[in-house]
Amino acid sequence: MADKIATRQSYGEALVELGASHPELVVMDADLSGSTKTGMFAKAYPDRFFNMGIAEQGMYATAAGLALSGKTVCASTFAMFAAGRAYEIIRNSIGYTKANVKICATHAGITVGEDGASHQTFEDIALMRNIPGMTVLNPSDDVSAKKLIAKAVEMEGPCYIRLGRAAVPVFYDDSVELEIGKGIQLRDGKDVTIIATGIMISEAMAAAETLAADGIDARVVDIHTIKPIDEEIIIKAAQETGAIVTAEEHSVIGGLGSAVSEVVVKNAPVKMAFVGQNDTYGESGKPDELKAKYGMNADAIVKAVKGLL
Amino acid sequence: MDIKSLEKTAAEVRIGIIKALSNAGSGHPGGSLSIADLITVLYFDEMNVDPSNPKMKGRDKCILSKGHANPAQYSALAVKGYYPMEELMTLRKLGSKFQGHPDMHKVPGIEMSTGSLGQGFAAANGMAIANKLDNDPGRIYVILGDGELQEGIVWEAAMAAAHYNLDNMVAIVDHNKLQIDGENDKVMKVTPIEEKFESFGWNVITIDGHDIEAIKDAFAKARECKGRPTAIVAETVKGKGVSFMENQAGWHGKAPDAEQTKQAIEELGGEL
Repeated sequence: MADKIATRQSYGEALVELGASHPELVVMDADLSGSTKTGMFAKAYPDRFFNMGIAEQGMYATAAGLALSGKTVCASTFAMFAAGRAYEIIRNSIGYTKANVKICATHAGITVGEDGASHQTFEDIALMRNIPGMTVLNPSDDVSAKKLIAKAVEMEGPCYIRLGRAAVPVFYDDSVELEIGKGIQLRDGKDVTIIATGIMISEAMAAAETLAADGIDARVVDIHTIKPIDEEIIIKAAQETGAIVTAEEHSVIGGLGSAVSEVVVKNAPVKMAFVGQNDTYGESGKPDELKAKYGMNADAIVKAVKGLL
Repeated sequence: MDIKSLEKTAAEVRIGIIKALSNAGSGHPGGSLSIADLITVLYFDEMNVDPSNPKMKGRDKCILSKGHANPAQYSALAVKGYYPMEELMTLRKLGSKFQGHPDMHKVPGIEMSTGSLGQGFAAANGMAIANKLDNDPGRIYVILGDGELQEGIVWEAAMAAAHYNLDNMVAIVDHNKLQIDGENDKVMKVTPIEEKFESFGWNVITIDGHDIEAIKDAFAKARECKGRPTAIVAETVKGKGVSFMENQAGWHGKAPDAEQTKQAIEELGGEL
């Protein structure tokens, strides 16, 4: 059994490391520094940490002002209140101005668990990928989270990084090379491609194992960058496997599934199915229970693949 | 700059506003004219800026959080020499750098893209915090509308500026008492403004926003105030300087026609 680490923990550790090499790095939070793990940076670099109180809108506009003055800013809260509550501020004060702000949003999706529907966002990727010039990243584990956060801090311009609450298996080897905008083929296959993102990567790999036992040879691709999306790897998958199932811990409306479809219908139309939250709110429960109930686990992927083929 | 010259410059800024809006055929004269004296004192007396080097290190910055009043800032920047006034006559036209609301990437001297109310204030806080971190002597001035105070983010920003002791920033409230749907206090009561800022921990100064000497004096007092930000509540007249626009909510968001433009410019002592 692989180690399990929450990507928010990876974020906190990455910030402490990046703080040493990036003196221009400033971190902000909206009274959730214990949960988002920005508190680790606050402890290491108290002069470069700003708690803005429970005021997400003000925080993101203030982050823009800091960034436009030469700072690199990582500003964190729960994904619901970053992408959701502060959407228009992010759109106008960070997107339109091209401010160098990294919106590092934790507690995304159903794996928020017990806090329930008000805190479980399935819309954030859809909202963020609509903003011109916004890079949208969704790491799947500790290794990819740390590497992508470092890349995000080193790139210029606005970036949304989706992080989770629950501990998830460490999937990638430390030696993996990740590049923003480049998907990764994790497993080859000829019958179908499962294109997954975030915590659904390990579910997709488990699903591929199950399918193999049933004689279905599934390719698995990690799209950790929703925007700009890797069109090449998607077109290749469509052409070579003839069927695509997307899997995300997000609404089937507007997220990875939509982004992949936009590429597929324009370039190589094939049959598709979508695994994700099906236009409904979540509820309280344990992450694994919720993933099963709302159809965002390996079983749901297997079912979708079999339904499609 | 002496008082007489500043008054003359303010009239020039107002003439630029009227001409640009008349050419554009739409826009916001009322709230542009009400801040003309404030913005003139900022650019021609108070702020350390250089039109030949708009990104000069250590410069002061003026953020127009009430971005719809940008004809005033555009005109002041033109008079200051950032670009010729003729260029401003493309205001609001397709392909113009002078967008209906400020775009910092298009116009030199504009420090923040604003228009969606309240955000410029919070962004100004970020700039003030950055200057503190960098020991940058630049001061941050942010101009807010009185109707804008109805936005929740304004009070998030007011709280944060006081919390972080941002004595390098000044918020100027253009209290012309009118917004699109009528009188502020009938639409949504914003008064008392002074007590609100005071209770948030700000140094508050109330002035006649058309009295050049009082404006200069308020900025000087703001500089002397250490450990907390200063709010200047400027009592102003919407449409100030053009008789038929003064105190008329209807002139919030429409441009003068040819006849009205002629009369306005005459009243301001200019030529078409």
